Amino acid sequence: MTTLDYSTKIGSKRFSNPIFTASGCASSGQELSQFFPLTDLGAIVTKSIMTKPRTGRNTPRMAETPSGMLNSIGLQGPGIDAFLENDIPWLVDQKVKVIVSIAGETVEEYGVLSRRLRAVSGISAVEVNISCPNVENRGQVFACHPDTSVAVIEAVRRNIGGELPIVAKLSPDVTDIVEIAKSVVNAGVDGLALINTLLGMVIDVNTMKPKLAGKTGGLSGPAIRPVAVRAIYQVHQAFPNIPIVGMGGVSTGRDALELILAGASAVSIGTASFGNPNAAMLVKNQLSDLLIERGFKDFRDAIGFAHRGV
Amino acid sequence: MIPHRINKSAVQISAEVISNKKFGPYHHMVFAVGEMAANSRPGNFVAIAIGDSQSAHILRRAFAVYRAIDKGPMGGSIELVIAPHGQGSTWLCSRTVGEFVDLIGPLGTAFGVPSSNANAMLIGGGYGSAPLFALAELLKNRGCRVDMVLGASTAAKIFAPLEGKRSVSSLTLTTDDGSAGIHGQISEAIPRLIREYKTEVIYSCGPMGMLSAIAKIAEDFDIAHQCSVEESMACGIGVCMTCVVPIKYESGIKMVRTCIDGPVMDAAEIIWDKKTVTDLLHS
Ligand SMILES: Cc1cc2nc3c(=O)[nH]c(=O)nc-3n(C[C@H](O)[C@H](O)[C@H](O)COP(=O)(O)O)c2cc1C
Ligand code: FES
Repeated sequence: MTTLDYSTKIGSKRFSNPIFTASGCASSGQELSQFFPLTDLGAIVTKSIMTKPRTGRNTPRMAETPSGMLNSIGLQGPGIDAFLENDIPWLVDQKVKVIVSIAGETVEEYGVLSRRLRAVSGISAVEVNISCPNVENRGQVFACHPDTSVAVIEAVRRNIGGELPIVAKLSPDVTDIVEIAKSVVNAGVDGLALINTLLGMVIDVNTMKPKLAGKTGGLSGPAIRPVAVRAIYQVHQAFPNIPIVGMGGVSTGRDALELILAGASAVSIGTASFGNPNAAMLVKNQLSDLLIERGFKDFRDAIGFAHRGV
Repeated sequence: MIPHRINKSAVQISAEVISNKKFGPYHHMVFAVGEMAANSRPGNFVAIAIGDSQSAHILRRAFAVYRAIDKGPMGGSIELVIAPHGQGSTWLCSRTVGEFVDLIGPLGTAFGVPSSNANAMLIGGGYGSAPLFALAELLKNRGCRVDMVLGASTAAKIFAPLEGKRSVSSLTLTTDDGSAGIHGQISEAIPRLIREYKTEVIYSCGPMGMLSAIAKIAEDFDIAHQCSVEESMACGIGVCMTCVVPIKYESGIKMVRTCIDGPVMDAAEIIWDKKTVTDLLHS
C-alpha cells in the first residue's frame, strides 16, 4: 500500500495534515463537530476575535454571486474574554489543533490581544487578520500599506513572546502583494495566510440600491480561486522558505492541489463549508488520493511544485 | 456549564424525491429521509444544495418542514412546500421522482408548545403557512383550541391543503385584493379575531413585515407570540453569521443567528424597528 506523509509545518509547529478551516467560516468549531471529528482537521482557524464584544453589521449581510458570495459580517464576535472563557477550553478539551485569528481597530489592540494569548495553552499559532475588508473605513485595512502592516506585526511580536508562530493574513486588494509580504516577512512573521476576501458590491436592480446593508462586502468562493493561486505563486516565488496557508475558493482536492503547487504549505477551507459542512474532509481525502496518484510520498514535496524547472 | 449541542440532530443525507406535485403556485415535494423524520419538530427547517457539484450556486437553500412522517410506506419522509420564485427554488421544483438531493436537517429551533391547554392562534402569510399545519395538529392533540388565519396577496397564493384543516377549530382567510375571505392585510383582521377567540398565544410564520405587524399587536394585547423569521442564510448550520436578527440585549442590541437561535423566536425579544436598529448599531 502506498503511504503518504501528510504532515506539514508552520514555523515550529507541526500539523498532522494540511487541511485547515478558514477564519470566519467555521465559527468556533462546535457547529461543525456534529458533522465530522474536528481532530481530523490539520487545524481549526477560529473567527477573528477582537478585544471587546462586537455586534457586527446590519442585515442583509450576504449576497450570492456566480460561483461566489459577498459577505459583510463586520467581525461580529464575543470579544476576547468570553472567547478565552468558553470557546478555547472547549476546543482544547476536544484535542483540536487551534490557530487563533485576531483583529483590531488599532495597533494597540493587536498588542492587547497578543498579550492575552501568550498565557493560553493549547494554541498552535496566531493568525493576524490585518486584511478584513468589512470595516467602516478602508484606511483601516492595515494590509493595504507596508508600514501599517509592519506596525501591527511588531506589536504582536513584542507581546506574544515565546514560540507561538505568527501568521499574517494579507489582502489581495493591493497593487503589489509581494511588497506587503516582504514588509511582514522582514518584521519576523513565521507564515503568511493568502488570501482574504476581495472587496465587491452587488446592486439589486429591482430596488436599484446596493444589496448589502454595508453596501460593500468581501467576495469569496470559487470565483476568487485564480486570484488566490496568483497571489500564492507570486509570494512563494519571492519567499520560498516562508510557509503559506492558502485559501480562496477551495472546494475539492483538485483545488487544494492547485494552491499547493503554487506554494501553499496548508490550505484553509472557507465558503465551501457553507455549501457542504463536510467540505474540509472531502478535500482532505481527495487531495491525499491526488498526491498518491502523482507519486508523492511526502506532502511537502508538492509545495510550490509549479515553480520547479521554470 | 454544559453547552447545549448545536445542530444536535442534524445529518447530511442524499434524499430521494418520492413525490412532486404542483399545488397552485406552489410545489408540494416529499423526500425520503429515513430516521431524520423522527427528529423533526414543527418549526424546524432543512437546507438543500442546489444543482450538481459543479453548480455556480454554491450555497444551500433553507426550507421550513411542512410535515415529517416518521414511519410511512417509504420509511421516514419530509414534506416541503416550495414557491419557485428564485433560481434555487426553481431548480428544486423541477426535480422529478427518483432523483436525489443533498439535504441537511433537521435544523433550527421548533415551536414551543404551552404546558397547559391554551387558545392558540396560528397566523401564516403566503407559503409561510406551511409549518403551521403540523403545529396545529400537535396543539390540538395537547387539547388546545387552534384558530388559523391565512393571508396572501390573492386567493391563489393561500396555501391551505384540505388535510391540514382537520386540526383547526376555525379558519379565516384574508387577501390583499379581496379575492377570498376578508379584504385587506392579514394584520388588520387580527385584533378583532384575538378578541373573538380569546387568544392566549400566537404563532406566526411569513414575511418579516407581517411578523413585525403581528408582534406589535401581540404586545398591545400582552400575549405570547412565537414567530418563525426569514433571513437569508448562507450555511444554515451556524458557521457564517449572515442570517442574524437584532434582539434586545442588556441596554443595547445583539445579533443572533436565525439558523441556530431561530427560525422560531420569541417575537418580543426581536427589535423590529429598522431605525432603532440602525441607531443602536451606530451608538
Ligand atoms: C462569511 C465570512 C466571514 C469571514 N470572516 C473572516 C474573519 O473573521 N477573519 C478572517 O481573517 N477572514 C474571514 N473571512 C475570509 C476567509 O477566511 C477566507 O480568507 C476567504 O473567504 C477566502 O476563502 P474561501 O473562498 O474558501 O471562502 C470570512 C469569509 C466569509 C465568507
Ligand atoms: S446561515 Fe450561516 S450562521 Fe446562520
